[in-house]
Amino acid sequence: MSEREHPPPRPGQACAGARLHIVTGKGGTGKTTVAAALATALAADGARVLLVEVEGRQGVATLLDEAPLRYEERELVSVPGGGRVFVLAADAEAALLEYLEMFYGMRRAGQALNRLGAVDFATTIAPGLRDVLLTGKATEAVRRRRGGRGRPSGAPSTGPFHYDAVVMDAPPTGRIAQFLNVNSEVAGLARVGPIRNHADKVMEVIRSAQTRVHFVTVLEEMPAQECRDGVAEMAALGIEVGMVVVNMVRSPLLGEADLAAAVDGGPDVEDLAAGLKAAGLADAGPLAEDLAEEVRAHALRVALERRVRARLSDLGHPLVELPLVEGGVGRAALDGLARHLTSQGVSR
Amino acid sequence: MTGSADDSDRGTSRGVDGALRRALDTDALLDDPGTRIVVCCGSGGVGKTTTAAALGLRAAERGRRAVVITVDPARRLAQSMGLESLDNTPRPVPLPDGARGSMHAMMLDMKRTFDEVVREHADPERARQILANPFYQTLSTSFSGTQEYMAMEKLGQLRQSGEWDLIVVDTPPSRSALDFLDAPKRLGRFLDGRLIRFLSTPASTGAFRLLGAGFNLMTSAIGKIVGAQFLDDLRSFVSAFDTVFGGFQERAERTYRLLRAPGTAFVVVAVPDTDAMREASFFVERLATDAMPLAGLVVNRAHPLPDGAASGLSRDLALSAADALDRAGDRPLAAAALRLHAERVRTRERETLLRDRMLSGHPRVRVTEVAALPEDVHDLDGLRRIGAALADAGQGRTAE
Repeated sequence: MSEREHPPPRPGQACAGARLHIVTGKGGTGKTTVAAALATALAADGARVLLVEVEGRQGVATLLDEAPLRYEERELVSVPGGGRVFVLAADAEAALLEYLEMFYGMRRAGQALNRLGAVDFATTIAPGLRDVLLTGKATEAVRRRRGGRGRPSGAPSTGPFHYDAVVMDAPPTGRIAQFLNVNSEVAGLARVGPIRNHADKVMEVIRSAQTRVHFVTVLEEMPAQECRDGVAEMAALGIEVGMVVVNMVRSPLLGEADLAAAVDGGPDVEDLAAGLKAAGLADAGPLAEDLAEEVRAHALRVALERRVRARLSDLGHPLVELPLVEGGVGRAALDGLARHLTSQGVSR
Repeated sequence: MTGSADDSDRGTSRGVDGALRRALDTDALLDDPGTRIVVCCGSGGVGKTTTAAALGLRAAERGRRAVVITVDPARRLAQSMGLESLDNTPRPVPLPDGARGSMHAMMLDMKRTFDEVVREHADPERARQILANPFYQTLSTSFSGTQEYMAMEKLGQLRQSGEWDLIVVDTPPSRSALDFLDAPKRLGRFLDGRLIRFLSTPASTGAFRLLGAGFNLMTSAIGKIVGAQFLDDLRSFVSAFDTVFGGFQERAERTYRLLRAPGTAFVVVAVPDTDAMREASFFVERLATDAMPLAGLVVNRAHPLPDGAASGLSRDLALSAADALDRAGDRPLAAAALRLHAERVRTRERETLLRDRMLSGHPRVRVTEVAALPEDVHDLDGLRRIGAALADAGQGRTAE
């Protein structure tokens, strides 16, 4: 973990009290990995956590080296201390059929609609319906009590929640505001009626204090800019932002003095050559020229990363850092990342 | 087209597994007057927009009359070209003196494009009805697939106008790169399909009877879910839009055929990570299935090792030398430089492995790459450097 020049405001508060954690980030920033690590970290003290994937990419299955997941909540990770992480690959079509059955007892109508092309329409073409089905599924899991399945009649309205926390691997930052602003999204199709009521209920959960949107970024300009734009959009929608997760952080290999020297005019090539020679390497002179160029590029990158990090911390949300995992993330690395989150104060 | 010339040996090289790899020569592609459309596609976040802009600029500076269509609402292309804003009309991008061609850039406004199509195909009264219809307003601003549909429409318009001899298209940001090909058809199928006829037919007519016993269930389901107002809007939309739709659908199909025609080249953009490479593989397979012309693969944000003495320094040797220096304790700069180099070698090995794994399934795909830049591109110079890097790597002028 690299040192932090701008200490973030208390990361612990970013998650405390929240039960729905929505994880977004620009494509390529490792949002699925962070969502899985967050779910693992939140399960640390023996909790039950549901990780919901909504993009149909089977990213969690790939991450955990599992066969593609079906539409079911399946326990896939056990955490030391008795915690359990369940994973659901949410799919709009299955969610629609489930919704019709759960609220209207209309499974057969759902099948008929499917033949007519209506399910295809609702889940791939109609604006917002797909999104409200997916966010609806996540908020249903948030509200669900033990012993009930969210069915309006028959579900106990008190008693412990079925899941202590729900983590959603959400769409990328460029689409997150549209995705979460479900009631405005379906307004074009349904001004009144059950869909609208459903959307309103979903929105109520998303806007409540139990929901946080966490942004994942890397220390590059464009992802960080999208992160800032996304944070502003959440503010405009009245949705609470949790933390900014700076992912794939590399530890600096050079000391401050060498970094500074490398940025102004390049590192000391003679010193470098003497060192390479001392290490017994052939061609120390030309090799030093080449390595000096690599060092300079590295130093420029470190300087850029610092500027990006400073601007991210200006957002006023806690910054949490995760190191770059060499060779790709698997189950073992996931535990390590979860521990990094816990050690920076991330907990329920 | 040069992109499909299979007999050229220029720029071939061997990957780590020894497989012969073929280079994508972007200059040859852009210089060929037969190349009229270049479509940049790939998953989100891989630098499609930047690649499209860099190719457009490179082509313009090499003498083409190029226009770049971007569909990305983040306006990143505008930023990198130093433009304040882009609208639905191609705007000239000021090039330095001495540029041999010209460059325009535009950002797709899907609503405006859709409105224009409606006005063109309907009489004024009907057009007014359609444009005012609430269902149309939803369709033209927020239906999934509209953006892709309108990107095709715009591409067709620009191609027809004849003002440009090269059109570079940046595809919409979507869940899947394949959406660019599939979404317009899906939307067209919907607009022309059974569902919309069913929903927009008054209950007393024959269409309902044809559906048999399930129909009561369905009407009750639909009524409950969307409400009566929606069905009214839809009915008036369908009756007005019917006259327009045929011509509209026909145009979309014509543009789709354009994508298969000689003169079109698809450039698949990826970055060296597992997801982006997998998406690129899907897209390459799909283009082959649909007989669409693939020019090649651009791998952005790669970390090639520089030519020269350091290229021969292996990771193990660098690390053991660094360890030796650490033990002596008096050469921290050299030790750090060696560790940095070892890290770069490892990064490169991983990238090469990913790329070769993808290419082993698609041995005929041509590749070029752009090294990750220390800083992001925000001006024409940055784009120019990327264009040059694309061309250089494709002509085998970098290490490996």
